[in-house]
Amino acid sequence: MTSGTAQTSEIIEETHIRPYTLNFGPQHPAAHGVLRLVLEMDGEVVERADPHIGLLHRGTEKLIEHKTYTQAIPYFDRLDYVSPMNQEHAFALAVEKLLGITPPLRAQYIRVLFSELTRVLNHIFTITTFALDVGAITPALWGFEEREKGMEFYDRVCGARLHANYFRPGGVRLDTPEGLLEDMADWTENSVPDLINNLNSLLTENRIFKQRTVGIGVVSKEEALDWGFSGPMLRGSNVAWDLRKSQPYEIYDKMDFDIPIGKTGDCYARYLVRMEEIRQSLRIMKQCLDNIPEGPVMVEDYKVTPPPRAEMKGSMEALIHHFKLYTEGYHVPAGETYTAVEAPKGEFGVYLVSDGTNKPYRCHIRAPGFAHLQGLEFMSKGHMLADTVSIIGSMDIVFGEIDR
Amino acid sequence: MSDEAFIDLAEHIQESLKGSVESYSILAGELVLQVDREKIVPVLQFLRDDRESAFKVLVDVCGVDYPEREERFDVVYNLLSLNQNQRVRVKVRTSENIPVPSVTGIFSAAGWFEREVWDMYGIYFSGHPDLRRILTDYGFEGHPLRKDFPLTGYVEVRYDDELKRVVYEPVKLTQDFRSFDFLSPWEGVTSVQLPGDEKGMKQDHGWTDYRKEKTS
Repeated sequence: MTSGTAQTSEIIEETHIRPYTLNFGPQHPAAHGVLRLVLEMDGEVVERADPHIGLLHRGTEKLIEHKTYTQAIPYFDRLDYVSPMNQEHAFALAVEKLLGITPPLRAQYIRVLFSELTRVLNHIFTITTFALDVGAITPALWGFEEREKGMEFYDRVCGARLHANYFRPGGVRLDTPEGLLEDMADWTENSVPDLINNLNSLLTENRIFKQRTVGIGVVSKEEALDWGFSGPMLRGSNVAWDLRKSQPYEIYDKMDFDIPIGKTGDCYARYLVRMEEIRQSLRIMKQCLDNIPEGPVMVEDYKVTPPPRAEMKGSMEALIHHFKLYTEGYHVPAGETYTAVEAPKGEFGVYLVSDGTNKPYRCHIRAPGFAHLQGLEFMSKGHMLADTVSIIGSMDIVFGEIDR
Repeated sequence: MSDEAFIDLAEHIQESLKGSVESYSILAGELVLQVDREKIVPVLQFLRDDRESAFKVLVDVCGVDYPEREERFDVVYNLLSLNQNQRVRVKVRTSENIPVPSVTGIFSAAGWFEREVWDMYGIYFSGHPDLRRILTDYGFEGHPLRKDFPLTGYVEVRYDDELKRVVYEPVKLTQDFRSFDFLSPWEGVTSVQLPGDEKGMKQDHGWTDYRKEKTS
């Protein structure tokens, strides 16, 4: 008898699995960059997820404090490098608010046009890489072809595919080159809708895709608010909130578009929200292209924006303005503001403190992905390891903005 | 959002929380509340639960450093109300040695935001469940966003081929760090009237220039 009990206790000891610590990343294709995730596993079930971030920390906020306002703009391209122009937009709006200037109407149309182009490109990128994470390769191959065509418009308007440096306080750097708007109209009408329909037929009713996403990473309305979620992460949880509608900036109040919301709050709902957002962005782009007025694209106050190059050749005053603007820069009146835009990933905000000099005293960047990744812990608890990959994919994580 | 609506809201908050809100102001069309540091938890609790404000979302927490002040740091909380479609900014003051009560019990989102402020400024949040560094390197020393922390930092890393590992070394600059004084004496923005005047004057900021320390 005694030997029998000893044997059973031995078996119990053997079958008891100790929690297993798994290091996920920082070099993992499904980590979307340099995420190091320390997972405590019970078999294949995640008990605790501790994201270690900061591997891409470059000290953007510190660097901006040592640069003039003009020199600070390129740093915003390098935050979320999938949607550069939206972030320039937030900074430009914040500086404009402190300076008390409003860009001309044509500049506002161009800004909205390119913000929405960026949203389309961002969502194509997100949806297709998300599909790649859960095992579908074709969407990525098809999506990236279309994305490349969209990047060409970036190239044509500012000379760079990614790091645009195009939105400036006071307007946009240059007017659109000849033929660009016509080509964009053609792209939005003929090219992208086909891709959306193709993605739709590949993914939306795909059994494997649904098995990997439906009911995974469910976020309730209360949780989404408590954890500071925004963008598709918030709208996927049945909260109708979009800064473009509720606190419209630029010309969004003149635009006719709808805000899609998801009912279930799972990864699948967030996918559906993004799909519909692409369609709505195309609608906005079409309205911009139809109604864009003629006129200047920069405020014509040469204390803030550079004079035209041709003028500099003949006018001493213009030459001095140019020299002063590109060495010293302009001074921004003392004050502070928190200005946010609806970036593709959520609420992207800039808290700007000016002390009246030519450099920001403090420029805090509120990145939507930072709050989302924080929620990974509660979202992945009790799920399988493979579901954690789905959740990360549906969050739209880009480390440039999270680590700053 | 009109200024009057802001004033109404601010008066309502100030009345309901006697003594907690030191002052309020409207800066560039945004409502800012200056709050007693020790009362930050009840204030945010009230702002979240009160029906007239209902600031359900903590959008952001960040620090600001004013080294010339006695209590040198500001901790800034940005709140958003979806029902009222309003934003409010709550500020508290603190210094290196005085902890700020953590608001993680009210907003879960505060967890990482406060970790970031701790990492960047060294502001301690009492009652935070997991106050580790978040953005800087493992084993990093100092708080990089303080105004007296040099832009170049103190250490740099490189891969050592002999040791077969990454080594940390003091920063060596091949070119001097250049910082130009752009504050033109002609525009009357500083107390310095002519170039060179500043040599005869006491430094008006409360921190010492790190480059002078280095050479001595």
